[in-house]
Amino acid sequence: MQKAIQPTSKSRLARATEQRFTRTALIVMGLVLLFLFVLPLVYNKANLKAWGIQPFFGVQPPALIGQLADAAQYVLLALGLNIVVGFAGLLDLGYAAFFAIGAYTYAFLASPQLSTVTHGAIDIHLSFWLIIFISALVAAIFGALLGAPTLRLRGDYLAIVTLGFGEIVPAVFLNLNTVPLTRGLTGGPDGISGIDPPGIATFGLGSDICPKLSMAANGATGGCSFSSNHAEPYYYLAIIIVVILIFAVTNLRSSRLGRAWMAIREDEIAAAAMGIDTVRAKLLAFSTGAALAGVAGAMFASKLQLVGPGSFSFTVSVFVLCMIILGGIGNIYGVIAGAVILQLTQSVFLTNLPNNLHDLGTKNHIDFLANTDWAGLKFLIYGLILVVLMIVRPEGLIPSARRKAELHGDTGEPAAEVAGVGALRNDETERANPIARAERESLYDVRDEDESHSSDVDKI
Amino acid sequence: MQATTPVNEPLKQQIISQQQGEPMLDVRGIETYYGNIRALAGISLKIFNGEVVTLIGANGAGKTTTLRTISGITPPRRGTITLNGQRIDRVAPEQIVRRGMSHAPEGRRIFSRMSVQENLEMGAFARNDRAAIAEDMERVLTLFPRLRERLQQKGGLLSGGEQQMLAIGRALMSRPKLLLLDEPSMGLSPILIETIFQIVSDINKQGTTILLVEQNALQALSVSHRGYVMQTGQIVLEDTGANLLKSEMVRKAYLGEE
Amino acid sequence: MELFVQQLLDGIVKGSIYALIALGYTMVYGIVELINFAHGDIFMLGSFIALAVLGWFGVAINPQNQAGLVQGGFFPTLIIIVLTLLIAMLLTGIIGVLVERIAYRPLRNAPRLAPLISAIGMSFILQNIGQIWHGPAAVSYPEVFPTGTIHVTSGISVAWKDIFVVVVCVMLMVILQTFVQRTKLGKAMRATAQDYDTSKLMGINVNMTITLTFFIGALLAGAAGLIYGLSIHSMQFTIGAQAGLKAFTAAVLGGIGNIPGAMLGGFLIGIVEAMSDQYISSAWTPVVVFGILILILTLRPSGLLGQQVPERA
Repeated sequence: MQKAIQPTSKSRLARATEQRFTRTALIVMGLVLLFLFVLPLVYNKANLKAWGIQPFFGVQPPALIGQLADAAQYVLLALGLNIVVGFAGLLDLGYAAFFAIGAYTYAFLASPQLSTVTHGAIDIHLSFWLIIFISALVAAIFGALLGAPTLRLRGDYLAIVTLGFGEIVPAVFLNLNTVPLTRGLTGGPDGISGIDPPGIATFGLGSDICPKLSMAANGATGGCSFSSNHAEPYYYLAIIIVVILIFAVTNLRSSRLGRAWMAIREDEIAAAAMGIDTVRAKLLAFSTGAALAGVAGAMFASKLQLVGPGSFSFTVSVFVLCMIILGGIGNIYGVIAGAVILQLTQSVFLTNLPNNLHDLGTKNHIDFLANTDWAGLKFLIYGLILVVLMIVRPEGLIPSARRKAELHGDTGEPAAEVAGVGALRNDETERANPIARAERESLYDVRDEDESHSSDVDKI
Repeated sequence: MQATTPVNEPLKQQIISQQQGEPMLDVRGIETYYGNIRALAGISLKIFNGEVVTLIGANGAGKTTTLRTISGITPPRRGTITLNGQRIDRVAPEQIVRRGMSHAPEGRRIFSRMSVQENLEMGAFARNDRAAIAEDMERVLTLFPRLRERLQQKGGLLSGGEQQMLAIGRALMSRPKLLLLDEPSMGLSPILIETIFQIVSDINKQGTTILLVEQNALQALSVSHRGYVMQTGQIVLEDTGANLLKSEMVRKAYLGEE
Repeated sequence: MELFVQQLLDGIVKGSIYALIALGYTMVYGIVELINFAHGDIFMLGSFIALAVLGWFGVAINPQNQAGLVQGGFFPTLIIIVLTLLIAMLLTGIIGVLVERIAYRPLRNAPRLAPLISAIGMSFILQNIGQIWHGPAAVSYPEVFPTGTIHVTSGISVAWKDIFVVVVCVMLMVILQTFVQRTKLGKAMRATAQDYDTSKLMGINVNMTITLTFFIGALLAGAAGLIYGLSIHSMQFTIGAQAGLKAFTAAVLGGIGNIPGAMLGGFLIGIVEAMSDQYISSAWTPVVVFGILILILTLRPSGLLGQQVPERA
């Protein structure tokens, strides 16, 4: 039986799953990492002055590092959503819920909140390094829980259910504060503050070493703590976490599970017929995606040291979705690029851009540039980007090659075969001919809530 | 399986001798693609006024695609289609109906949430002549008495055979000169199949030219003046219905003989 | 008990507005299987448009007495309202058509995700336009109706304007249902929703039919905008998205693609909201409403009135 369902040749599979780290990819990644590691050391006030360069879009050196650290959180979110939407083809419009769950989990386990609520009875301040796993796990569990109702739904309905959860979760965090049983637990609209930053042990080197690492001395633990004054530790930590998870996700994609996801995305019936447990695979997609959001949430909470329901709105979910669409759904490097570009645009450009444009307009006497309230147009610009992107280049910046071909109609091979599903069907014309397929499907009493509809995300 | 009454010999001779004239439908060199996959690799066929022509072939050979191309649902990438002297290969399907051709698609595709009457009315959507439409409705209901019985029932509740009749009736409501019928016998019981082919013959005698696509080669060829055989997007054989029924290739491939 | 009935009545009033908006969602989804995320924001813009039209007729907030008054009594007021309704509906309808042409039609053959994202983008754009037009804060609507209430019993009262709201909404819904069931264009819409390709074979211009559907949906959203404004006396650029989501829930509840279903769903959601606001708390109402959405989609995706008849025969 195994023989019958092997894809036709190994090289095809490799091409299809883009699993191998090509040498180019490794080199590029290495260079980027080198650049990132060196950046904080080189990009500081003194050097800029010496070289006579203006700061990047008006962002002063320390702030930029912090914003890059924030961008890393979004990279993780993009990677996670990419698993759900890009790999498995499940359109999730409420992804921010898992981000919230990860963040609040951290907040509960590393802040005075529980202590305040229980009047000192429970006082937990776990270490960041432990909570990051806990956050991931808790988020993963909720991923499966929230994904479960969607298993039998087709594309649009699945999206709406996830949207619903995306609205419910922050609302619950908001409102639990006023429910008698959990009064004060979640901090209401103001959320939970005073969250502990990550800390490291000094292994007997004493607390003098802390300032050298851009950290603060932590009297309580005898080690060093990250501080909100210096973003460098957060920055390096973020890079390390992101790199580890990139490797993990890439390996995941080429694993059996990853291939199962792709098969499901292409054609769920065929995947099930090949023996794939679609329920398990879909739940794992939700869980894994959620886990990444959980990690991002922990990083968010520990850096900002404050979490509130307002940070996890539908806008955030859409924002992450935009990142993966912009970057190229399904393509790991693409979504990373999308995340970085959008997040930097958001934090760097949109905060300073209005001023820059105003200056530009005033200098050159272009009233339109000088007088418009650019900040107030933020959503208009986002909306335009979305609409234009969909019309002009739906596959994103760095699409997976197969997807680009599908969208622009010049693939040499039928899509299903590339995903390895094609081995199931013998007749090429039959497989490729939608008429023959439609004929076949009409024999199975197709109803709306049937699984027989392949995922609607399959080709973008 | 009983063959239905073959078409009148003298009529057949007359039709064949007319083949020197202009065809009603002239399809030349059609290539149709789904994305990048070529479904039709250069199809040419002619239909003359008054004929029943059948297109037979295996599943996936491209028969349905041919009809969809002719009726405009899936425009061709190359080639020309001419109906009564006018080019229709780049014309929208809703306009082609107004030029006297109608298409009863594969799988019947009746509007299941509309009543039988509404379905028939939809068939006459492109027309404005109320009185003539009423006439045609009457004619269709006489042709298919079962539909008259179920006039107000929702289409989705009809049986397979009734839905097929409804699909044909609906296609007739536009008073077409050329009717494209895609697999009318699919999924029907043998008795119903006989009835359907009898109806096809009757409609033709009443003056409608028919292009028929069928997997049921025996019955289809028995009511046809001429036929074409398709394989993987191409026409491989063309002849009169009678000759095709006798042809060894057809008998082996499509009539199940050893 | 009286409190319950009062909430029921309030729910029906609010629900009728939701129903009007829900119709747009359900019709568009039925015909092109697109969740028109921008529809709620079209409702919001419709409300602003209606406000502007009222201004043309000289009905505006009078700073001195905080209310817009129409001189001349009942009939002139009625005429002005009707005219405003028609004009606002028309203008909003045009916006709906524009949105379709710009953001959705180019994506007619694209995979399903593309028009959805485009719709979200359009929603952002329209919201921002609303924000630019009237600013971030809520805008007051003039008081045009007689402000009296009818006291059915000591605990139950119905305001005149509530009656107006329900009457107008129901009238519009009846007109729509008649149009869809009886007229040729309406049947063309139904046919196109059931089978796009076969409808072409009937001679139906499906592109025009789709545009017509968007037009009608936006028409009703514009009406809802005016009615909302006259009833609640204010509008804010964010209300469209909020109301839209609830109206969409209503459409799903009733059975997406099903017109009577959207009407039923609208009333139900309105009642649920009123009950939840009163008996639980308005903070939890969104959770309740979305909870219902999820429950329906999980247990009975076809909705209350949705059919499970196989589409293809």
